Order: sequence, then structure tokens, then C-alpha cells
Amino acid sequence: MSTLSTLRLFCSQVLAILGKDIRYELRSKQTWLGMGLFALLVFVIFNFAFDLRVENRAAVAPGALWVAFVFASLLGLGRTIAAEREGGSLDRLLLCPVDRRAIYLAKLLGNLLFIGIVELVALPIFAALFSVPLFSGELLPIVLLGTLGVAIIGTLFSAMTAATRARELLLPLLVFPLIVPVVIAAVRATGALMIAAPDEPPWLGLLAAFDVIFLSLALLTFSYVIEE
Amino acid sequence: MAVINKTGAALQEAAAPMRRPSLPIASLLLGALAFVGMMISIWAIFLYAPTDAIEGLSQRIFYFHVPVAWLAMLSFVIVALGGAVYLWREDERWDWLALAAAEAGAIFTTLTLVTGSLWGRATWGTWWTWDARLTTSLILWFLYIAYLMLRSYLGKTSTSARAGAVLAILGVIDVPIIYESVNWWRTLHPAAEIGTPGALPPSVVLVLMLALVSFTLFYCVLLIQLYQLVRLQHLTWRLRARLQAVD
Repeated sequence: MSTLSTLRLFCSQVLAILGKDIRYELRSKQTWLGMGLFALLVFVIFNFAFDLRVENRAAVAPGALWVAFVFASLLGLGRTIAAEREGGSLDRLLLCPVDRRAIYLAKLLGNLLFIGIVELVALPIFAALFSVPLFSGELLPIVLLGTLGVAIIGTLFSAMTAATRARELLLPLLVFPLIVPVVIAAVRATGALMIAAPDEPPWLGLLAAFDVIFLSLALLTFSYVIEE
Repeated sequence: MAVINKTGAALQEAAAPMRRPSLPIASLLLGALAFVGMMISIWAIFLYAPTDAIEGLSQRIFYFHVPVAWLAMLSFVIVALGGAVYLWREDERWDWLALAAAEAGAIFTTLTLVTGSLWGRATWGTWWTWDARLTTSLILWFLYIAYLMLRSYLGKTSTSARAGAVLAILGVIDVPIIYESVNWWRTLHPAAEIGTPGALPPSVVLVLMLALVSFTLFYCVLLIQLYQLVRLQHLTWRLRARLQAVD
């Protein structure tokens, strides 16, 4: 088989699994509704915890935004493989003559899509609640790349923790230490949008670099994690 | 009777790797060497090394802190290497090595944090700052704990071994990235002073080297013992599983 047709087959496999997940999610509405409400609740709690006034808003708002995003993402990420396992469809998915990387990429894209939708809804609400000027076109790539970094690690580890009893407990313990660079870069890049700071490293480029490193590692190792 | 024979055969078969003659003499020698080295190091650290003109007595923590921190990092590299070779060769002995190194590394990382914190209190006047090395050590500690928790939740299975290997490989590549990204964020740790000649008096370098060697010997002894423990735990677990299967 030529390289091109292999690639086409691979893409069609990814799209098929992704399509299945989207259909499942649109019908059940379990994950994204929960994630969205959770993110809003975190905003409310942050409002009381930090008392976002004008003077400290610029310092606290990027952090509050990303903590809400990361926490909400993990809620959805935990269900990636666990939902398949509970439905009894994981074995069938693994029995399909499909490259494991296709499964990983489909799950990753699905997670990115659902988290992205939640974030797109949450961002204007956040901006309105805290009257932060967050509507600039530059925020979109930051949110996209930051979310991608969290989703890359989260999707990989959700496959590991799906088999354990303490899934909700274990997933954040594994994911949080590893995504520290992504969180730092995303928060700093968001902060730099609000107050222009001199001598800042190119956070957006670093974020992209972290994503590339994590994605290649995840693609290399996913097959070891999912094999039963 | 047939059942008993069957049980006996299963037991013998499962216990076969356990009867492999080990070499306690080499282990004992290494242990004795480590013990002597540690005693000399402790004497040198407290009596031979000169007292620091500025930092005073608290500078002696440095002779404990540096070797312990070095072993904490070395341990994580061993965990990742053991995991990588395990994924490649599928030989579970490499996984036992990785698990043993993770247990040792968790202890040494805890000691790094404690000794560093004590020294920081005496010198900087604060227990903790969010500088790159401190933050990275703390995250390394979290990674060790996450690794050990993951392994214990997944049990003594090949799933657990593979998951641990992937976590360790990701971690060993991520830790330098974390260090760099925190460094870009902010920093305050004393820079490495060994490389530049004349920065430290020769007696200090000598004591530090002595401490490094004897702590590393001690680490090797500990690692061998932990490896044997992990190996026996796995074999015992397998034996029990087989006995239950026979029943």
C-alpha cells in the first residue's frame, strides 16, 4: 500500500472514531454540560476567594481563567477511556484492525473539541463577570495551544487510570505535575495580553514547542498504555 | 492426593526463580564499604570541613543536600531507563529495577526537600521560595509519589509496569522542561560553584566528593535491597495467584 493511501486510511479511521464520540456526546450531553457548569462554578468561587478588584484583576484573572479551564478539562478527560470501558465498547474498539495512534488521535481531537466548546462559552462569561478585556484575537491561539497541551497529557493518562478504581483521584495526580510548563506558558501568555510586559520569553512559541514534544511522546507511548 | 501433587508441582514451578543462589558476599562487601564511607563522610563533614565564613555552621547541610539531590535525580533517570528497557525487551527484571529505584528516589527527594528547606531557613531566612530548582524538586517529588500510587493501584501486573514506564519516560523528559520554564518564570538558587577553580577551598571540594561517593555507595546498597524486596514481592504474589488457580 502506498504512503498516501495508508495516510488516507489512517485519517478515515481517526474521523470514524471521532464521529462516533461526537454522536455519543451529542446524545448523552454528559461530559460537556458538566464541564461547562463546573468552569462557571470555579469562576464564582474565585470571585469570593480573590475579590477581583480593579487593582489586582490583571494579576489574578489569567490564573483564575486557567485554573478553571484545567480543572474543567480534567473532568472531561477522565471520562475519555472510562466511558468506553463502562459501555463495554473498549474491547471492541481495541479489536478493530486500527492503528492505536488513530484511536489516540481521535480521542485527543474529541477532547479538544469538547473542551474547546466549553471554553468558548466560558470565555465571554468570564470576561463579562470580571469585566476583563479578554476579547482579542490573540487569545484564541493561546487558549487552543494551552488546551491542546492539557488534552495531550490528559488523554494519554486517562487510558492508564481507566482501569483503576480511584480514577478521579489518580488522573489529576498524574497530569498536574507534567503539565506545569504548559500552565506556566499559558498563564504568562494570557497575562502578557492584559499588561504588556517587556523582556518576556516568547510564551506562545514555547507553548507550541511543549505541545509538539508532548504529542510526539504520547503518540510513541500510547500503544503500551492501552494494550490489555 | 492428585490435588496435593498438582499444588506441589505448581509451587515448585513458580518458586523456581526464587531458588536462584544470590550473592550475599558482594552485597555485604558493598554494604560494609558504604558504612565505612558514610562514617568517614560524617566525620569529615562535621570535624574536618572548615566552617563557612558567611553562612556559618548551616553551610554543612550542603554536604548532605548535594549528594541526596544528585541521587534523587539519578534515581529518576534509572526509573525511566528501567521502564524504557522494559518496554523494549519485555523483561520484568528491568521493571523491578525501575520500581525499586522509584522507592529509593522518593525517599531521597523527600530528604532533598527537607535538607534544602532547613538550609534555606538558615541562609535565606525562609523555608521555601518558588525558584526553579526548588519548584522542580517539588514536582519531581510529586512525580515519584504519582508513580508509586499508579503502580500500587494497578497492582503487580504488566499493565502497571507499562503504565509506570510511560509515566517515567514522560517525566524524565518533562523535568528539564519544567526546570527551564520555571527558570524563565523566576529564580534565586546559588549557582553551581564547583566548576570554576578557586571558588571553593580544596578541603570543601574533597569533603563534598567524599560525601558524594559514600552516599552513592549507600544508595547502591539500598537499591539492591529494594530490588530484592520488589522481586520477592512479585514472585510471592505470583505464587499465591497460582495456588488460588489450583484451588
